[in-house]
Amino acid sequence: MTLIMGLVTGIFFGILLQQAEALRFERQVGAMRLQDMTIVKFMLSTIIVGSIGIHLLADLGMISFAPRALSLGLQIVGGLLFGIGWALIGYCPGTSVGALSEGRLHVIWPIIGMLLGGLIFAFIYPLVQTYLRPLGSYGALSLPALLGVNHWLVIGVLVVVALLLFSFFERKGL
Amino acid sequence: MAGSKWYKPYLLGGLAGLLLTASVLFANQFFGTSTTFPRAATWLVDLVGIDLSHLPFYQVRSGALTGASFPDWQLLFVVGIGIGAFISSLLTGTFKLESLPPMWVARFGDRLGLRIVHSLIGGVLVMIGARMAGGCPSGHGVSGVSQLGVSSLLALVMFFVGGIITARLIYRGGK
Repeated sequence: MTLIMGLVTGIFFGILLQQAEALRFERQVGAMRLQDMTIVKFMLSTIIVGSIGIHLLADLGMISFAPRALSLGLQIVGGLLFGIGWALIGYCPGTSVGALSEGRLHVIWPIIGMLLGGLIFAFIYPLVQTYLRPLGSYGALSLPALLGVNHWLVIGVLVVVALLLFSFFERKGL
Repeated sequence: MAGSKWYKPYLLGGLAGLLLTASVLFANQFFGTSTTFPRAATWLVDLVGIDLSHLPFYQVRSGALTGASFPDWQLLFVVGIGIGAFISSLLTGTFKLESLPPMWVARFGDRLGLRIVHSLIGGVLVMIGARMAGGCPSGHGVSGVSQLGVSSLLALVMFFVGGIITARLIYRGGK
């Protein structure tokens, strides 16, 4: 059942990404070149609705979750490496598969690169755990817990910031 | 047609947020894709008969990071993205065979070899980075930030910092 849910959810997500043109090299690199904010609009909209949805469900006691562990070393170094590679290939892991399916056959090279990267990571995993993870390691930490405020206040600020960004994008035609 | 409606990315993104909420409610699964790559890579290596099971990576959560966990929710999610994108592109006539990205060709020319070099280096960096950071734009960016995780917000900002600086260096001045 879990597998079928995964497949169905993936199909819907693939349709939404494709319709938004978020799978395209031009949209991804366009965002990094600060010329085209399509993927940022899509992503922030997902985050706004998603954060309201899951926090509502959590408040109703229907689900529970904990954020991923914070390690300044892992997220800063890993995040920057990801960003450098992202600008080079023009795709992220999820969009690469979708892009292949809409005919952009050249994405096969980045996919091979990412598979290689996955294998290399298996070899360097102990080094990463030993030397990088302990740098600024704080465990599962949420923004509301860090700031000592209610999560709805944080979501409210997030929504306002996103709406200001959206209005800026639309005025500039990005 | 496509892209002419200004509200499209907002509307479709919002629907993706509802989809995420439903997925957490009904399947207890947040979106994520990047772990599937090391899993697929180790699965392929295993398939061709290379035994790497001595690596500590294979013992983490009894093989949860390797091909041993296939088939799992995330693999089917990733396959689903491919199927959904295929159906959607066929139905809207936006399926297009392409051998090189046009924007890349405008900067570097029609050079398949160089594109392969960029792709392999970039792909390796993307996946090492994603697995180090603990997620990609779907796992950290969408799922993690929706949970208001500090780690995810930091990772998402770093993805864009690295990406914007690198894109600036690669495509400097170009249109």
